[in-house]
Amino acid sequence: MRAEPGPQPMISRTRPGEKRGVHAVAIWLHRNLFSSWSSTALTLMGCVLVYWLVTGIFDWAIWRAIFYGADGSACRVEGAGACWPFVTAKFQLFMYGRYPTEELWRVNVTYALALAGLVPLMLPGVPGKLWLAIYMLVIFPIAAFLLLTGSSWLGLPVVSTELWGGLLVTLVVSCVSIAVSFPLAILLALARRSDLPLIRWSAIVFIEFVRGVPLVMVLFFASVMLPLFLPADITFDKLLRALIGIALFSAAYLAEVVRGGLQAIPRGQFEAADALGLSYTQKMGLVILPQALKFVIPGIVNSFIALFKDTSLVLVIGLFDLLGIVQQSVAADANWFSPQTAATGYVFAGFVFWIFCFGMSRYSVWLEGRLGTGPRR
Amino acid sequence: MSNLTSRDGAKARKLLDHLYNPKSRGIFFQLVMLAAILWLGYEVVLNVAHNLEAQGIASGFGFLDRTAGFDISQTLIPYSNTMSYGRVFWVGLANTLLVAGLGIVLATIIGFIVGAARLSRNWLIAKLATLYIEVLRNLPPLLMLFVVYFGVLKNLPSPKASLELPFSIYLNARGLYMPMAHREPGFGVVIAAALIGIAAFVALWQWARHRHRLTGHPTPLLLPGLVLVFGLPLVAFVLAGMPLSFDLPVQGRFNLTGGIVVQPELAALLTGLSLYTAAFIAENVRSGIQGVPAGQREAAAALGLKPRQILWLVVLPQAMRIIVPPLTNQYLNLTKNSSLAIAIGYPDLVSVFAGTVLNQTNQAVEVILITMSVYLVLSLLTSLAMNIVNVRMSLVER
Repeated sequence: MRAEPGPQPMISRTRPGEKRGVHAVAIWLHRNLFSSWSSTALTLMGCVLVYWLVTGIFDWAIWRAIFYGADGSACRVEGAGACWPFVTAKFQLFMYGRYPTEELWRVNVTYALALAGLVPLMLPGVPGKLWLAIYMLVIFPIAAFLLLTGSSWLGLPVVSTELWGGLLVTLVVSCVSIAVSFPLAILLALARRSDLPLIRWSAIVFIEFVRGVPLVMVLFFASVMLPLFLPADITFDKLLRALIGIALFSAAYLAEVVRGGLQAIPRGQFEAADALGLSYTQKMGLVILPQALKFVIPGIVNSFIALFKDTSLVLVIGLFDLLGIVQQSVAADANWFSPQTAATGYVFAGFVFWIFCFGMSRYSVWLEGRLGTGPRR
Repeated sequence: MSNLTSRDGAKARKLLDHLYNPKSRGIFFQLVMLAAILWLGYEVVLNVAHNLEAQGIASGFGFLDRTAGFDISQTLIPYSNTMSYGRVFWVGLANTLLVAGLGIVLATIIGFIVGAARLSRNWLIAKLATLYIEVLRNLPPLLMLFVVYFGVLKNLPSPKASLELPFSIYLNARGLYMPMAHREPGFGVVIAAALIGIAAFVALWQWARHRHRLTGHPTPLLLPGLVLVFGLPLVAFVLAGMPLSFDLPVQGRFNLTGGIVVQPELAALLTGLSLYTAAFIAENVRSGIQGVPAGQREAAAALGLKPRQILWLVVLPQAMRIIVPPLTNQYLNLTKNSSLAIAIGYPDLVSVFAGTVLNQTNQAVEVILITMSVYLVLSLLTSLAMNIVNVRMSLVER
């Protein structure tokens, strides 16, 4: 699924000879809103819908909303709208889970380190991409791991992953999974296009198997079956199991994206690389993959968006990401019980998810235009 | 002496040849891969056997015959808690198929409408469709389920204060209560009439196609079709003395009794999934229609076809070829996403079988294997069906 850039071209682009001002507005209105009886009817229906949406949202979120209050009693008023104090009171929980308050700076430093690497990496034209990539792929993961879990050696108290939650878990799960699944996906995609039947078929079976089952089942598999597969003395925590499950899951999907890129490379490139006497590794690493990956950057971003939304499923194996922790607070906190608590919580969670996903999809569209890899018209 | 060295050299070269020969390298890599897979499989089987023994779990599928002992809130096939775990599997599978089937129909309808709206020449409608797509596509489907289920349906009035809709339909927090039709003796005539009507319509349609091919004259099919498919059974129904009785929901002391109930879980799952998937289908539809070259439209217009004919005879048949493959993916996604049922307690396959049955029996390996195979088979069947559709459609091409 690829997000297409921009709206439809408007039919009423003013041409040089055309009249301007009020008349142009009238022409535009006539062409785009009132061109026929049916169109006029649709426009009126649309107006009613817009009016209903806008007033409904305004009424609920601002006009009738409760903004202050120490607990749910403030929101248990007849006819009250959104219960915003619920969000402000639970904000830390939603963002960090039960991560100890005095250690929160560690999470924030991790975010800052990530942004410091990601922003220049994502902007085309910033020099030193190689060093930035090395920073993001080698230095940052080690630093983030030490900061978030803690280490007695550095004097940072250990914070068990049981305490992690909220947006922190959403971001950790999605970022780690994409980082782990990406190299795996490249290997799978290359294997799937290999000439060696056994290797090709292993890749096909793995990819189709994983793509054929729901993520919920993959998570069950990771949480119930994985411990059975390993020797009894090896145990690891729930978060890691979820990470393995989601990483394998997204690797299969990403592999198909990368394969799309590989298939888009003309045969001549493979043959030219062979003719130059390059080995398989050189051919793929120096000629094919750089072109193929550039071609599928939007697809990769879209996979990341899907992965980001899918992290909310870790709820089924008892981890609490942003949505999970909102749902838990809504359902289990009697202090905040009120008719609008649930709606308020969901609107907040939805807003956060939406900002992230919409931001990424816009980035992908922008990048598509920049790289000139989008569909040509 | 020199002879010997040259022979040694030839031997070494032969060895090197083998080393650099892509064929022998390939065989070597595959052997390594095979060894790795075999070793991994061996280790896994060994560990599983060891771990199961340590936990005292007997493996095998015998548990499927044991009594389940729990109730399920929605069953399409007869079920009671004295039946076996095997029966639970079928109940769960039927519920999954119900949600997937209804969801696919709903999502397709909404998706095609929104996709067409996005291409509408009416600016406001196009913008509203874009808003719908951009909002829903960027939210997790699980959130949609929560919003519909906990935010809307659970906030409906209690059974005592049910909303009363026309035709004896009641709506409350426990579900949507509707009248249920019961067949009386003599209803077979109506079914027979319906079958005859459909068969006659198909025959008429084939004849019309044949005539159109031979003479180029179109035959109006809409009215005869309606008469045959709906009119004939209706006439039979009236003639047979209306052999149907209705079981109406009745307001009891605590709850409504009678009629047929759509559980809020099912309603929430259907609404959430189809609204979410529709956003993606709308995008597929839009890119499919835009993918038809403008020249096709212009050529059709130049031939004097009316706008409706251009859409139905020229644009859509070609657009469908672009739409079908991603549409298949969306159908599969919807089917797989129906496993989110577990989060709101709809008794689908994952929730009753991989959830409750697994917890009660601890037969993790068997239960997960069975459930995963069901989804694999479903997705293989869907891809197969869609491949057939795809092949039939692309055959039209030169």
